[in-house]
Amino acid sequence: MPTTTPPPGKAALTGTPFADVTASATTLRRFLHGLPGVDTVGLEARAAALGTRSIKTTAKAYAIDLAISMIDLTTLEGADTAGKVRALGAKAVHPDPTDRTTPKTAAVCVYPDMVATAKEAVADSGVKVASVATAFPAGRAALAVKLADVRDAVAAGADEIDMVIDRGAFLAGDFMKVYEEIVAVKEASGQARLKVIFETGELSTYDNIRRASWIGMLAGADFIKTSTGKVGVNATPANTLLMLEAVRDFRAQTGVQVGVKPAGGIRTSKDALKFLVLVNETAGADWLDNHWFRFGASSLLNDLLMQRQKLATGRYSGPDYVTVD
Amino acid sequence: MANPKSIFEYAPAPESRSVVDIAPSYGLFIDGEFTEAADGKVFKSVSPSTEEVLSEVAQAGEADVDRAVKAARKAFEKWSALPGAERGKYLFRIARIIQERSRELAVLETLDNGKPIKETRDADLPLVAAHFFYYAGWADKLDHAGYGANPRPLGVAGQVIPWNFPLLMLAWKIAPALATGNTVVLKPAETTPLSALFFADICRQAGLPKGVVNILPGYGDAGAALTAHPDVNKVAFTGSTAVGKQIARTVAGTDKKLTLELGGKGANIVFDDAPIDQAVEGIVTGIFFNQGQVCCAGSRLLVQESIQDELLDSLKRRLATLRLGDPLDKNTDIGAINSAEQLARITALAETGEAEGAERWSAPCELPTSGYWFAPTLFTNVTQAHTVARDEIFGPVLSVLSFRTPEEAVAKANNTQYGLSAGIWTEKGSRILAVANKLRAGVVWANTFNKFDPTSPFGGYKESGFGREGGRHGLEAYLDV
Amino acid sequence: MSKESLGGSAAGATRLSVLKTYKLYVGGKFPRSESGRVYEVTDSKGKWLANAPLSSRKDARDAVVAARKAFGGWSGATAYNRGQILYRVAEMLEGRREQFVREVADAEGLSKSKAAAVVDATVDRWVWYAGWTDKITQVVGGANPVAGPFFNLSTPEPTGVVTVIAPQESSFLGLVSVVAPVIAAGNTAVVIASEKAPLPALSLGEVLATSDVPGGVVNVLSGNTRELALPLAAHQDVNGIDLAGADADLAKDLEIAAADNLKRVLRPQAVDTDADFTTPPGTHRLTTFLETKTVWHPTGSLGASGGSY
Repeated sequence: MPTTTPPPGKAALTGTPFADVTASATTLRRFLHGLPGVDTVGLEARAAALGTRSIKTTAKAYAIDLAISMIDLTTLEGADTAGKVRALGAKAVHPDPTDRTTPKTAAVCVYPDMVATAKEAVADSGVKVASVATAFPAGRAALAVKLADVRDAVAAGADEIDMVIDRGAFLAGDFMKVYEEIVAVKEASGQARLKVIFETGELSTYDNIRRASWIGMLAGADFIKTSTGKVGVNATPANTLLMLEAVRDFRAQTGVQVGVKPAGGIRTSKDALKFLVLVNETAGADWLDNHWFRFGASSLLNDLLMQRQKLATGRYSGPDYVTVD
Repeated sequence: MANPKSIFEYAPAPESRSVVDIAPSYGLFIDGEFTEAADGKVFKSVSPSTEEVLSEVAQAGEADVDRAVKAARKAFEKWSALPGAERGKYLFRIARIIQERSRELAVLETLDNGKPIKETRDADLPLVAAHFFYYAGWADKLDHAGYGANPRPLGVAGQVIPWNFPLLMLAWKIAPALATGNTVVLKPAETTPLSALFFADICRQAGLPKGVVNILPGYGDAGAALTAHPDVNKVAFTGSTAVGKQIARTVAGTDKKLTLELGGKGANIVFDDAPIDQAVEGIVTGIFFNQGQVCCAGSRLLVQESIQDELLDSLKRRLATLRLGDPLDKNTDIGAINSAEQLARITALAETGEAEGAERWSAPCELPTSGYWFAPTLFTNVTQAHTVARDEIFGPVLSVLSFRTPEEAVAKANNTQYGLSAGIWTEKGSRILAVANKLRAGVVWANTFNKFDPTSPFGGYKESGFGREGGRHGLEAYLDV
Repeated sequence: MSKESLGGSAAGATRLSVLKTYKLYVGGKFPRSESGRVYEVTDSKGKWLANAPLSSRKDARDAVVAARKAFGGWSGATAYNRGQILYRVAEMLEGRREQFVREVADAEGLSKSKAAAVVDATVDRWVWYAGWTDKITQVVGGANPVAGPFFNLSTPEPTGVVTVIAPQESSFLGLVSVVAPVIAAGNTAVVIASEKAPLPALSLGEVLATSDVPGGVVNVLSGNTRELALPLAAHQDVNGIDLAGADADLAKDLEIAAADNLKRVLRPQAVDTDADFTTPPGTHRLTTFLETKTVWHPTGSLGASGGSY
């Protein structure tokens, strides 16, 4: 499994069928419009069908721990304080204080000005610090501002950067602008892994989500991510399935593996398990660890912990038996 | 950095068998009573996934057919004279009881047929209830169905159904027959008699008058006796084309109205601009739904040459994820073949395919040691001349052929004695309409496959039979029009 | 044989009329039987009228080939176009009214006035069916409200090549009553004319040939009904058969033969033996040779809300 961060797009794709795709705005547009279409009903039917998988007993225990380990425990509020972020960091390292066998979450996800606090909170636990940047969530700022935002977060110690694409440029058909901005952010991110957020709810159609996925992967994204969690429609089984198909196809054709992160709206263990089934049966087992798949979530963790306690004790747990941080 | 990885194997998730109570023996259901066969014959119904004997069932013979037809004839007078609204209410009751007992019936059907619980639970049973619900509403609206004022029922309907969708085929037959005022003698298939006998119990719970529905488990001889019975006014058959032709000869020269829903060799046409991921799902649904034991299966994949390799790679990768095994496990995608006989037929045809030079590929999966199983299989390098491209295999075997132009696709799709179903995969709307228009098939699925609905007429062109089941069209078969 | 007095002729001599050679109508052409055989056709009193071709099995086979060849074009024409052409047939029939009155009177032993009424009814029936071509789809097809994100439409399509055994007694009104619905629905037809009264049917071929009806859409054979009907009932490239003119024994034999490729069979109807065919027809003869095709199209939501299911 490739674990090194792939370099930015053009260089990485030399010698692949896609080396010339980003040569010009025209070639890029032609390529994106030449991708196979997505049939809405068929895609959603497949996602729904996979949602009927019944994950029980040992598989459920495995999946719950896996899901916990994949969470980017997130707080992205105007009201965030150092105290809130420290509590979050503590929770990420020890999600269930009553059971030290509980896995750590993958990361905490915060605004750039909280990165340093978060780094301190997770210390050397192995939990990463991810930071949204690029004028999150709207992304409506000059490129220079966005890049400064990124550099600031990286300088503060962010291990991962969650950027937003320019949806306005995308919807206006300026795919090259979207692409070049991702390339620039990737460069600014340095060693930090880059997650590229499409805000699928604003892209509106599945065809657009597929095109955005390819722009992101061509530009060197380490992860493609559904949403900011700040709009009406965030991660859904269908849009995540579609993005899993994209990373599967991209690796098959380039050898480069890209991660996927659904974010927003995943609140229950049942939902999380359905997403893991999607991963398992679409991209495959190679994506079933937190280097390649993440959940952007906050309340999901407590539900997973309650389910975990239920499996361990045989009793249903309750909100008073998990921490509110 | 990565976590130590273990494979995400799904633990067994079996549906509970305890929701269904199968008696050690069942009788024929005639005139509202369970009764032994006149000659006392019985046969065993076996679970195809384990070869376990589920129950011993009375085997109808000619004398029983006669008794059942007499009961149905006697019941006809009052049943046909009931106001449509009253007949409709019986059907609504039946629909509701089926919904109430759907889990029990789903498990029963899975045990007796071998198909996955996922399908009986999510497809068969919901469609069964919906079918009764749909036709219930027609019972008092027949004046408005487009067959003239006050259309009359035919009388006694003799119905013979197959084993692939035992309860659903029963619903397709009985619901429109009763709604229009006919009475029924129905013979379920010899390998899957149980759900029809449970349905007999549902008729009793619904308070259906005696003799309106009669169920005669049995073999082909009972079916032949039923279709030949002089006091039967309507014959409806779903099954093989060979038997359908025999029935057509049997009823020749009589006044019996006949509808036949027979075999198929459906073409699933994938154009180079198809939504590929959904097309792959559609191909899988088309041929592996119910282990391919579906008359309208998309058993011939016609793929545009320019995307053939890419599509086949995707298809094989997808087939490797199919989960074959215990049909009661909620995660099973592929269940058992219905009988040893059917398995032998599939096996023989697959061997013919190899012998004729087609290239065989089977999904990597372990087959259980008892029961009747066949791994999902593809044949590539198939031409129109190969047996596997012409004969209905009625199993999980897909023949892959290629084409270069839409004209060639249509010509190959239509180059068959059958004409039941076809599929079209393209993102170009006008091409869907143009190709659908040229296909000689009764059901065409565009960018989808194997979808069914009680409001949607179903039936074939050419040797796939005649008459339609479902929808307003489905009433005609049971009315004297 | 008809001799007509030329009243007022100075010589007072009778003119010898020109006799018509009746021929088959196959693929838009007027061949004799390939067998070279003819048989005598007489009027109801046994008086010789003409020699009609005694068609062979080979003629029947040629007719099927012609009908199959014509099917694509005829079934693919717009319903409006088919209606225009069929209405043109009615115009041509009207123009040959006197000829058909004479032929029907001879064939069926009717008085001139009764034969005229039959011919008028026949033309009217043709007009009735001509008007159906672009309406039957709406009457018997439609959208089906399936419980899912699909647009689902059922439309009727013609069955294909249909053999029509014309009624034996009603040589013209009966003939048109069974042929017109078959072609109005978009099928092509191989017609076996009334065995003893084939002349109106053979003359109809002449009308069709001059009415923009493409060759092969209707093919008319005269001869022995059983000899022609059996191979046509068994023919694997015939999709349907109307048994109107078959007696009970023949009808049964034909239905058995038709099972070989599961032809759509229209058994002799009560109306067929009601020799005058004056009962207004319903749509049954149109719908018997129509298939219902149901096409499903996904609809779903406009965007990626995940809300289709």
